[in-house]
Amino acid sequence: MFVAWRDLRFAKGRFALMGTVVVLMTLLVGLVSGLAEGLARENVSAVAGLPADRLAFAAPPDGRAVSFADSKVSREQWEAWERQPGVTGAQPLAIRTLRAAAGDRTASVTAFAAEPDSGLAPRGVGPGRVVLSAKAAEELGVGAGDAVRLGEREAAVAAVAGEASYSHTPVVWTALDGDDATVIALRTGSGADLAAGDEAAGTTALSVDDALTAIGSYQAENGSLQLMRGFLFVISALVTGAFFTVWTIQRSADVAVLKALGASTPYLLRDALGQAVALLVGGTLAGAALAAGAGVLISGTDVPFVLDAATVLLPAGVLIALGACGAALAIRRITAVDPLTALGSAR
Amino acid sequence: MTLLIDEVTLTYPDGDGRLTALDAVGLHVPAGSLTAVVGPSGSGKSSLLAVAGTLVRPDRGRVFVDGVDAGGLDRTARAALRRERIGIVFQQPNLLPSLTAAEQLEVMAHLTGRMSPSVRRRAQDLLDAVGLAALARRRPRELSGGQRQRVNIARALMNDPAVLLVDEPTSALDRERGAEVIDLLLALTRERRVATVVVTHDTGHAGRADRVGAMRDGRLTAGTA
Ligand SMILES: Nc1ncnc2c1ncn2[C@@H]1O[C@H](COP(=O)(O)OP(=O)(O)OP(=O)(O)O)[C@@H](O)[C@H]1O
Ligand SMILES: [Mg+2]
Repeated sequence: MFVAWRDLRFAKGRFALMGTVVVLMTLLVGLVSGLAEGLARENVSAVAGLPADRLAFAAPPDGRAVSFADSKVSREQWEAWERQPGVTGAQPLAIRTLRAAAGDRTASVTAFAAEPDSGLAPRGVGPGRVVLSAKAAEELGVGAGDAVRLGEREAAVAAVAGEASYSHTPVVWTALDGDDATVIALRTGSGADLAAGDEAAGTTALSVDDALTAIGSYQAENGSLQLMRGFLFVISALVTGAFFTVWTIQRSADVAVLKALGASTPYLLRDALGQAVALLVGGTLAGAALAAGAGVLISGTDVPFVLDAATVLLPAGVLIALGACGAALAIRRITAVDPLTALGSAR
Repeated sequence: MTLLIDEVTLTYPDGDGRLTALDAVGLHVPAGSLTAVVGPSGSGKSSLLAVAGTLVRPDRGRVFVDGVDAGGLDRTARAALRRERIGIVFQQPNLLPSLTAAEQLEVMAHLTGRMSPSVRRRAQDLLDAVGLAALARRRPRELSGGQRQRVNIARALMNDPAVLLVDEPTSALDRERGAEVIDLLLALTRERRVATVVVTHDTGHAGRADRVGAMRDGRLTAGTA
C-alpha cells in the first residue's frame, strides 16, 4: 500500500468525508440493532426463556395464523399430549395481561400461570404465592414478603427473580387454577411424532423460535426494524461503491502511469482494496465506539437497548464486509486501464 | 544492454480500415548510446516508443529488450519486463500527486517488491544526479516544470534499466532548460551504459545524439539533424 497510504493522507478532505459517512452509518446501524434487540427482549424474553422446546397452540381456524391472543387449550388437550410417545413433558401455561397493584402503585403486567411443580414456573410459586420479575417488583415498589393485588386477587410475593418480559410488560409468575390454559409447553425427545400429537390433541405445535411470531406486536415491530437495518447495510455498500467508483475514475491516469512503469494489475488492486478496507475499518470502529458510548448512556434510561457484541460488533463487521464488496466492484475497473494512455500528451 | 527493433509494423483501428502507425521499422540502439528520433507530428514517434516499451504489441516484427524477445511474453511478464529493464520518461512528467520527489523513485523499488534501506539512499543519489537533492521532500505541485521533468528522468533510472525511452522531454521547457535535460540524458546514458531513445521535435537537440532517425508516415530512415 505504498501509494494508497499516501493518497489517503494527501486527499484528506475527500477521505475524511467518506470516513464520516461510514462512522455515521455504523452509529445508526448500531443504534437500530441495539434498539431492535432491546425491544425484542421486552417482547419475547419470557417465552424465549421457557424451559420447553415446543409450544402447542389451539389449532387456529383455516387460513389464520396461530396467536397467543386467540389460543385456548383445555385439560383434555394437554393430557392427550402427555400420552404421546416421545413427549417427556406437556405443561399448560396460561398467559393473561392484567393490572397489578400494591399500595397506591399500579402496573400493567402479564401473568404466566403454570402448575407449581411443573418446572415451568420458578421456585416459590404456589396458591396465593407469586414470583415477580425484577421490573414488576420495581414498578410496584414491592419485595419478597409484601402483598400485591393481581386483577381481583390478593397474593403474597414469594420471591423476585429474573427479567422475564412479555409484549412489553413485566411477567408475574402465578399458580394455574382451572382447566384452561393458553398454550402447552412441550418437552420432546427425538422420537416424538409431532404431527400425530397435533392430530390427537387438536393443536398446532411450533418450535419456541417460531412461536415468537405469534406474539401480537413482535413480528411487525421486529420486522420493520430489521428491514431498516437491512436497508442501512445496502445503502452503505452502495455509497462506498459509489465513492470508490468516482475515486478510481479520478485516478485512472495515475493508474495508467503506474502500469506503464511496470506495476502489475494485482499489485494495483491490492493497493486500492487495502485503502478501501483501511478506510472502512477505521470508520466502522469509530462508529461502533460511538454506538457503544451511546448505548451506555441509553442503558441508564427507560429505553430498551441491548449493548453487546451481537448488536454493535456484528453489524460493524457486516458493514466492513459489504463496504469492501462495494469497493471491490468499483476498483475492478483498474483492470481495464490501458498503460498506453500514459504515453503521449493526451493527459 | 541493447534495444533491437526488427521490421516492426503497428496498425491502429481507423474507421472501417486500419491506420499504419509504424511501417516495417528497424532500429538498433547499443548500450551507452543515445539515438534521437525526429519527425512531424503524427508520424509515429510515440508509437515507436510504445512498441519498444512493450506497452502495445506490434502486428508484425520483433522487439528485443536487453536480449529478451518481448513478443513471446504475456501481459504480466511484459509488466515485469518494464519494471526491471525499461525506463520510460513521459512527455508530461506524469508524477503521482501524493508522493514526494524521493517517493516517486522509491515506489519503483516497491513495484519490484524490493524495499530495503538502500532504496532510500539510491533514490537520494539519483535525485542528486539530476540536481534535485535539496528538493527530495517536495510534492509535484511544489516543483517547477523543469524540476518535475528531472524527477521523471530520475524515476526512469531507479531500477537500473537496460533501455531508456524518452518522449519529447523538452517540449514543456524553454530552450535552455531543454538543452540541460539533453545534457543530463547524454551523461546518464554514458555513465550507466543504457540504450537510450529520445523523441524530440527540436532538431538542435537531436544533433547532440550519437545517431538520429527520421520518422515520416510510419517509416524510419537514418537521418541527419
Ligand atoms: N491509440 C491510438 N489509436 C488510434 N490511432 C492512434 C493511436 N495512437 C496514435 N494513433 C495514430 O497513429 C499515428 C502516429 O501517432 P503517434 O502518437 O505515434 O505520433 P507522434 O509522431 O508521436 O506525434 P506527436 O509528435 O504529435 O506526438 C497518428 O496518426 C495517430 O493519430
Ligand atoms: Mg508523440
